[in-house]
Amino acid sequence: MADLNTLGLAEARDLLRKGETTSVELTEACLKAIDAADVLNAFVHKTPEIAMERARAADARLQAGDAPAMCGLPIGMKDLFCTEGVPSQAASRILDGFRPEYESTVSANLRDAGAVMLGKLNMDEFAMGSSNETSAYGNAINPWRRDGDDTALTPGGSSGGSAAAVAADLCLAATGTDTGGSIRQPAALTGTVGIKPTYGRCSRWGIIAFASSLDQAGPMTKSVRDAAIMLGAMCSHDPKDSTSADLAVPDFESLLSGDIRGKTIGIPREYRVEGMPAEIEKLWNDGTEMLKAAGAKVVDISLPHTKYALPAYYVIAPAEASSNLARYDGVRYGHRAKLAQGDGITEMYEKTRAEGFGDEVQRRVMVGTYVLSAGFYDAYYNRARKVRTLIKRDFEQAFAAGVDAILTPATPSAAFGLGEMTEADPVQMYLLDVFTVTVNLAGLPGITVPTGRDAQGLPLGLQLIGRPWEEADLLNTALALESAAGFVAKPARWW
Amino acid sequence: MLDLTYEAPKVKTIAGAKHDWELVIGMEVHAQVSSRAKLFSSASTKFGAEPNSNVSFVDAAMPGMLPVINEFCVDQAVRTGLGLKAAINLNSAFDRKNYFYPDQPAGYQISQLYHPIVGEGEVLVEMGEGIARRVRIERIHLEQDAGKSIHDMDPTMSFVDLNRAGVALMEIVSRPDIRGADEAAAYITKLRQILRYLGTCDGNMQNGNLRADVNVSVCLPGQYEKYLESGDFSHLGTRCEIKNMNSMRFIQQAIDYEARRQIAIVEGGGTVDQETRGFDPDTGETRTQRSKEEAHDYRYFPDPDLLPLEIEQAWVDDIAASLPELPDEKKARFMTGFGLSDYDASVLTAEVEAAGYFEQAAEGRDGKLAANWIINELYGRLKKDETQLADSPVSPAQIGQIVDLIKSDAISGKIAKDVFEICYTSGRDPEEIVETEGMKQVTDTGAIETAVDEIIAANPAQVEKAKQNPKLAGWFVGQVMKATGGKANPKAVNDIVSAKLGL
Repeated sequence: MADLNTLGLAEARDLLRKGETTSVELTEACLKAIDAADVLNAFVHKTPEIAMERARAADARLQAGDAPAMCGLPIGMKDLFCTEGVPSQAASRILDGFRPEYESTVSANLRDAGAVMLGKLNMDEFAMGSSNETSAYGNAINPWRRDGDDTALTPGGSSGGSAAAVAADLCLAATGTDTGGSIRQPAALTGTVGIKPTYGRCSRWGIIAFASSLDQAGPMTKSVRDAAIMLGAMCSHDPKDSTSADLAVPDFESLLSGDIRGKTIGIPREYRVEGMPAEIEKLWNDGTEMLKAAGAKVVDISLPHTKYALPAYYVIAPAEASSNLARYDGVRYGHRAKLAQGDGITEMYEKTRAEGFGDEVQRRVMVGTYVLSAGFYDAYYNRARKVRTLIKRDFEQAFAAGVDAILTPATPSAAFGLGEMTEADPVQMYLLDVFTVTVNLAGLPGITVPTGRDAQGLPLGLQLIGRPWEEADLLNTALALESAAGFVAKPARWW
Repeated sequence: MLDLTYEAPKVKTIAGAKHDWELVIGMEVHAQVSSRAKLFSSASTKFGAEPNSNVSFVDAAMPGMLPVINEFCVDQAVRTGLGLKAAINLNSAFDRKNYFYPDQPAGYQISQLYHPIVGEGEVLVEMGEGIARRVRIERIHLEQDAGKSIHDMDPTMSFVDLNRAGVALMEIVSRPDIRGADEAAAYITKLRQILRYLGTCDGNMQNGNLRADVNVSVCLPGQYEKYLESGDFSHLGTRCEIKNMNSMRFIQQAIDYEARRQIAIVEGGGTVDQETRGFDPDTGETRTQRSKEEAHDYRYFPDPDLLPLEIEQAWVDDIAASLPELPDEKKARFMTGFGLSDYDASVLTAEVEAAGYFEQAAEGRDGKLAANWIINELYGRLKKDETQLADSPVSPAQIGQIVDLIKSDAISGKIAKDVFEICYTSGRDPEEIVETEGMKQVTDTGAIETAVDEIIAANPAQVEKAKQNPKLAGWFVGQVMKATGGKANPKAVNDIVSAKLGL
């Protein structure tokens, strides 16, 4: 048997149910792998006691024949999820010492489904970033390296710790959250699968907010089947979240067939951006051919407002963030600056927030404050909302014309070197989100699947965008793409 | 129901050194919604709890917490809107008003700037018999209250109590239709009365459950009419907002002070700065709190945690059907149905409990008499004891019995007062008191005649005098009353005495 920590959810589940392994064994294998991979800086807080306790409980349930979907399966949890009694800091200094007295709905759903939490995963501070470099814990490192080159590469962001942990087999799967691509981009850069479901599928209750109208949780896994299993366990209608959809959650896994004959796949011409590397172009064309070969009909489509998506996103997301992050004021929890004699409340806010927030968070809070301020609101925020409506309509029209899913690249390039972008204009980093933000603006489900490698051996992924609430259909198309691509490479272990 | 007709009150002018001036006042009244739970959380709203004991994770703005609208508060806002004859907006939405303060844990207040739940309505503010100001309501929106900052418990630290944070408020915004300090007080009184009838706010100003921001400006006579015609505020003076007033008396004092202050500035060649001011009850003055330059930029935007609030007309109709009779209608009915004076009807409809008490006492009887007994005797007696009507030892049925006893000539008005006092102190029924104590008035003319005859026979000298001077007949009436222990019907005695004396 392969090392247990290298298994995916489906395989491990089947072994558990057959009694060929135990959750304790799986969990121990993962904990060992985690301890051996500190250099990856994927886990920022390990919870071995909780893990072993849940593993033993899961084994008891398995023995008793009462095994829910995720029973006994060890996973990692992005630090953005509030987990009861366990540090939950959104990788920010401002939440130093914060241990919530509550469990987020998604992590509670996973716990109730029997999942074993191994610890908290690294991420960009407050999920703001595309390289994991804004984390107060320092960045996580991509287990993948370029052929014959030991440059440390980014695992992507913001769910970079989750992606690195899954790719390096430190856990069987992990949770992520996606506001502008934070699940799909790191998945693509690490050769893993990541799905952001339709906005409203997963409850946002207990997930530290970045941009409320865009944030969604989703799984990051080693296969499409695993994504289907874990997504099902994460979703629920939650009366504690007014934006949570009151819809039944389908059994995504049972709806997987890989048969996409007769499906229509749209190829949006606007995603063929200027300066797109030939490798990405080829990857996209290859993916298109794979889906065609699997029996899908491929059509060119137009999503005319795509070029406005990135600017609109970088108005709306910071605007909401500037307000969502106002609660971190040093008054009730987290970091509070030491004050000088005579300092008042204004100094307390200023010093606390200057010390507690990193540069990128401060930048976005300032941008958000600016775009909402009197005199600029209509020019920025209101205009961005209008653009958002138009982007949503582009997709609606494509789906109304019979398109079942849309195939695009996931990222403009493979993983880049850590530090390579730090000197660049922050906008260069924002451009990495060009293929993913439209999906958040339109509230649609999107999944990335690894389908190839670049000339230096790094994984590359493609994105499929589905109709709202039709994650089952989207997962099925992704399964067809995954099967056709046959991506099985793993990073060579160097850590 | 018959609508009473009113005339608008004359606008009082204020004499400046150079001109006469008029006041223009608009009010934003914050009324705490009567609800057990907060607007977006299930924490209790009970007043007077231990500090920070009625605080949920949402109220404390813990990371990842989300607001969920309390349907009952929406119901209460709609009920209030209907009570103020206002348009109900089936589609409304919540916005965030962003500002930092320790008693505002999220760093923003959830309010309704762009799409309030209630639109235009009106309040009829009576200023005397047949005189009333119609104050237009611009809007009512739902919003969260803030917590309380306490700065005087420690020399170096401030404390925060979040019990109030997140409690539902209705902000009731009037047009600048209030034209004097007295009208401002009357407006609040009327609004409070309507809210209490509706049961949507308890109107307790002392606890801060009803408080007002008062916008005051002054203008020359004739300018207000120009504003009304055009809707153009530039015809009016620059306004100052006096924040957070929770006393009727202070509101009037503040307006009076502010009017004098603004007039002095303008007549002195200066300009009034638009600003937020606070009222200091110790000095009776208003003081700058925040100038226009320091004004917050609240960066309002739609709250992405909450979906737009959509309500159905049928739901609104159900609430409309369950509305109680409101003060204006009740007063009109008391005047037309029971024949009460404007004054009596106003007094008896001031509180819905008083109106109910009156109706029980007056049902099927002489309403005017019942009203007199409640307003003059009962209220006077309760006031003496500092007792509320709700704790009255005399029931409406007992007032009814007194009215019946008077109307049937069983007792005189004078005896009735004695009966009332016994009833008030003992709780015994008036009918039983009159019976047991033998207080029934003698209306038997035979008995009275006998008494008159006896007195005439015993006082021949007085009879002669009375025949010369008929005014002295009163002496005989007095003697008869005395002889009958006050129980003789005074009118009957009068008639018989006059007849017997041949007057």
